[in-house]
Order: sequence, then C-alpha cells, then structure tokens
Amino acid sequence: MASIPLEHVLLLSAALFCIGVLAIVTKRHAVAILMGIELIFNAANLNLIAFSQHDPKLLQGQVFALFVIVIAAAEAAIALAIVLKVYQHFNTVNINEVDASQG
Amino acid sequence: MVLILFYTFAFLMLCTALLMVFMKNLLHAVFMLLITLLSLAAVYVLLMADFLAVTQLMVYVGGILVLILFGIMLSNRGDTIFIQSQSGNKIMGGLLSFMLFGGLVYIIARTHFSQLSWIKQSETFVSTGAKSTLHGIGINLMTNFALPFEVASVVLLIALMGAAFISSQIK
Repeated sequence: MASIPLEHVLLLSAALFCIGVLAIVTKRHAVAILMGIELIFNAANLNLIAFSQHDPKLLQGQVFALFVIVIAAAEAAIALAIVLKVYQHFNTVNINEVDASQG
Repeated sequence: MVLILFYTFAFLMLCTALLMVFMKNLLHAVFMLLITLLSLAAVYVLLMADFLAVTQLMVYVGGILVLILFGIMLSNRGDTIFIQSQSGNKIMGGLLSFMLFGGLVYIIARTHFSQLSWIKQSETFVSTGAKSTLHGIGINLMTNFALPFEVASVVLLIALMGAAFISSQIK
C-alpha cells in the first residue's frame, strides 16, 4: 500500500485555504462567510493530519485536529447566535447593510 | 489504488468548494459544502486517520451543517423562496486568493517537505502495520493531553450557554 505524497496533501490544503479566503472576501451574506471560515478550519486540519501520518507513535497532529474540530463547533454555535441577533436587530444579514448608525 | 482514490476525492473536494463560492443560491452552496466535507472525511480515511474521519462526519456534517441550515432558515426575510447570496469585490478578491495560492505553492515547492530529516527517519503507518488510531488517540487524550481535553469541555459548555444566552435575550 503506497502512502500519499506529503506535498500533494499540502497543495490540496493550500487550495482549500485559498478557496475559503475567496469566500470570505467576496461573499456578503454573513452565513456564507461562516462557510468560508469552516473551509479554512478544514484546511488546517488536513495539514495537521498529513504530518501526523509520519508520526504513528505519538499521533499529536490528530489529537490537535480533534481540538480544532471542537473549537470550530463552539465558534459555529456562537457565530450563528450572533447572526440571528443581528438579523433581529437590523432585519438583514447582508454585512454591507449592517451599520450601527442606521439601525 | 490509494493514490487514485486520493486524487479523485481531492478533485471532487476542490470542484465542490469552488462551486460553493460561485453558487448564487445559498442553500445549494450549503449542499456543495456538504459534499466537500464528505470527501474530506474520505481523504482522512486514506491518510490513516479513521477516528478523525468519523468525528468529521458527526461534528461537521451532522452538527455544524445543520446549524448553518438553521441559521439560513431563521435569517431570511421570507419574501423569496431562494435565498440569494450577493458577492462583491470579485476581481480583487479573486486576485488576492490567487496570489496567496501562488505564494503557498511556491513555498511548498521550495521547501521539499519529504526531504526533512524527521520525516525521512520517521516510520509511517505502513511500516508499523497499525490498523486503527483510536487506541493511540485515547491514550494521548488521557495522558499527555488531559488538561487540554478538560479545558475543551469547559469551552464547549461556555460556548453553548453563551449561544443560548445571546440568541434568547430580549432587547
């Protein structure tokens, strides 16, 4: 069983990260921006797991990726609660229209 | 065989992630993100991280995507069936992320990660013949990472309480 080359996994992770950055920069809907942030978390996890492949005794990369997933879950819960609060207050979640001086 | 599966899932992942960015309809974008996360779990399996793949399925696909769907459903005005997501800064944003990708590719190509000394000396899962990482992760969580494990549980509790507090507060 051949193992996957490390560089290819890193390139895949870099591509995923850049697509996440693209989503964050271009999207105007707050939930779409959150989806870009999830892509960036997953790119970081892929890097950690790719290096953990060469560390079968300690598995530190995989344990760290587990903590990243936990923090991502907490972040998603908080961020969506804030999005709902913003929607109740401004009646929109388009971040270009959310302005404290207008609300 | 492993390599073919890896490239297939990598192609699927990048295509659906790009479609997620360019989709006008936000619900379709969420389903594209679902396929991206599923193929990422498959890549985790190919990288010998079986426990992480199951966790990915349960937490991301089962938890976070449902949360995002709830966020979309509860935050639309109700006047349109299809929730559109507008986008701006298309040219500058595309240029920025493309330049970032170029820089990352340049760094990865220049560094020669597989020539690093600790990776060359290290043994992989194939040489040790390990079948599952579940045992190792369990031992690690209870010995070396016991304090971060407990802190993570407290963080999750505080985050859930904070989310419930923020979204239920009456102004």
